Amino acid sequence: MLEAIGLRKFFGDRVAVADVSLQVRAGELLGLLGPNGAGKSTTVGMLCGLIAPDAGHVTIAGASIAANAAAFKRRIGLVPQDLALFEDLGARANVELFGALYGLHGATLKRRALEVLSIVGLAERAGDRPATFSGGMKRRLNIACALVHDPDVLLLDEPTAGVDPQSRNAIFDSLEALKAQGKALVYTTHYMEEAERLADRIVVVDHGRVVASGTQAELARQLPATDTLELELAGAADPALLAALAALPGVRAVRAAAARGNLEDVFLALTGRQLRD
Amino acid sequence: MSALLALVRKDLVLYFSDRRALIMSIVAPVLIAALFGALFGNSDNKPAQIGLALTDLDRSELSQQIVAALRADSSFAVVDATEAQATELVRAGKVPAALTLPAGFGSQAGQALFGIGAKPEVVLRYDPSQAMALQVVRGMLAQHVMQHVTRAALSADGPVFAELRERTLQSPGLPEARRRQLGALFDDVARVQGAASASGNGGFGLAVPYATRELQATGARPERKYNSYAHSFVGMGVQFVLLMGVDIGIALLAMRRLGLWKRLRAAPLSRATLLGSRIVSCAAIALFSMTVVFGVATALFGMRIEGSLVGFVAVLVAFALMTATFGLLIAALGRTPEATRGLAILATLLMVMLGGAWVPSFIFPAWLQTVSLAVPTRWAVDGLEAMSWRALPLSAAVPSVAVLLGFAALFGALALWRFDWEEA
Repeated sequence: MLEAIGLRKFFGDRVAVADVSLQVRAGELLGLLGPNGAGKSTTVGMLCGLIAPDAGHVTIAGASIAANAAAFKRRIGLVPQDLALFEDLGARANVELFGALYGLHGATLKRRALEVLSIVGLAERAGDRPATFSGGMKRRLNIACALVHDPDVLLLDEPTAGVDPQSRNAIFDSLEALKAQGKALVYTTHYMEEAERLADRIVVVDHGRVVASGTQAELARQLPATDTLELELAGAADPALLAALAALPGVRAVRAAAARGNLEDVFLALTGRQLRD
Repeated sequence: MSALLALVRKDLVLYFSDRRALIMSIVAPVLIAALFGALFGNSDNKPAQIGLALTDLDRSELSQQIVAALRADSSFAVVDATEAQATELVRAGKVPAALTLPAGFGSQAGQALFGIGAKPEVVLRYDPSQAMALQVVRGMLAQHVMQHVTRAALSADGPVFAELRERTLQSPGLPEARRRQLGALFDDVARVQGAASASGNGGFGLAVPYATRELQATGARPERKYNSYAHSFVGMGVQFVLLMGVDIGIALLAMRRLGLWKRLRAAPLSRATLLGSRIVSCAAIALFSMTVVFGVATALFGMRIEGSLVGFVAVLVAFALMTATFGLLIAALGRTPEATRGLAILATLLMVMLGGAWVPSFIFPAWLQTVSLAVPTRWAVDGLEAMSWRALPLSAAVPSVAVLLGFAALFGALALWRFDWEEA
């Protein structure tokens, strides 16, 4: 559905994005991971036509933005990292405004506005202003505004920043429903557990470059392998037994439960542990 | 088109939803314009008197006549004081000027009129912060002194006249023929003054040899007097609409910060639609504000559009468009709302001041009047005044409309050129 090939962007002498390529299929969620300043937001900006790449191109179902920018943009919904809402307009008025910008009008616009507010669980608060909403509700409304024109591709730039677990779960449910409807989703996040739960495939970027991509299992296999012997005990682990096993030649560690590297381990191994800001 | 309308509608809804800001945007210019109008006053109002501290050290008949004349003059509120008190009154700002008639004034002034003896020195102390009052005091003093001194000097039974006649006729270097002619002149003056006194008309002195008839040249209908509120409402209307334009520019910068601009740009909208909608909504709000402010001025303060209504509306529309593009330029040049606000307000207040919105531009120095022609507010104020109290025809609005539209085009082009469309 969405394909980016060789995207490159400079801001002055600084390379923001270098040769980023990715592909998202219909009904798939692609996790775009990276530390702060890795180039995620710039990549998203190029994917939705906000930023013109210095090299490379983006297509949706084979059509590029150069051919017809308006048609290209109509197929994309952007959920910005910021809460991009008019605080003094009602929730429905916000959604209807963005729907109108994508060419919806009349009864269709009103129906779609209520539909997407229902999807994000805000139908009951349609008339209220976002200024009266919690952070989680604003995040959900932020998503609703991007969905109103029924885009084929949804770009979500850290859509759960600062929300409580309940709202986060509600957002996840909505996204899984959208996936099931055949939408292609690109999801940038700092939270590894979000990517683990939602992403079908993951692209890790750092310093503007793709440093790894694949499914979670494929990425996990990139960690250095250590042979692990699993013993299934008949009962509870006896500390004396564990001590005896640990004393055997060639044994590095004995744990009562087998542990595997999770996605966060992969991420940190790839991008390092140094703080970026 | 529906997207443009949706954006304009959004701007208008947001503007009108903030009731407090809306009321203030109307109430503030009305209140300040009312205050300015009252301060500058209508020509029918009694002008404020100039406080004048007076010290008469001479106490002669002539000096007392002058003091009485100054006291009777409606231009002054005379306060009798000693010289020290008078100085203190001026220094404290209680009166703008103090006048001291020196001892010997009466006898010296009459002789000095004919170049005989030293001139008496009248001391005029003044408050430098009210230098305009000095001009008035100086002018009125000259008028009263000349009238009373010449009357005294030319009075045939007065001591000055007799002494002057004596000294002139006995002047040693005077040719005999000239002496006889001057003697005849003094005799004639004595005869005329004597006849005037006998008929009960008293003597005469030099007076201003003309009378004035003052007519206001303001409107098509002479019976309608100048309304100072017309100027103040035009000025304040222009000022507050321009400040509203600044707010709209700042709001655009805030939209950038909130990510709203990014979201709007992600929509399938052209740059013309995005910026055009701001111009349309800002111009509509400016027109609304000006209409309400002038409506109040008409209903409560007697302002009238005595020139061309079409011309007045044309100037308003051109000014509204100029304001909209000015706001856009602020958004294009600014980086953050906080940093931009101060500079934009400073620029606006300078434009307003130079445009003659606070005080009429004719009081500016000549060079500043020339500079002010390069300021759009000058053309807005001139155009609106031409169509209101000056009662000029539609043709007089054309230069203002053309210049304001020119500024609108210039600001719009600069904004498009400098606008940062890409952001990471």
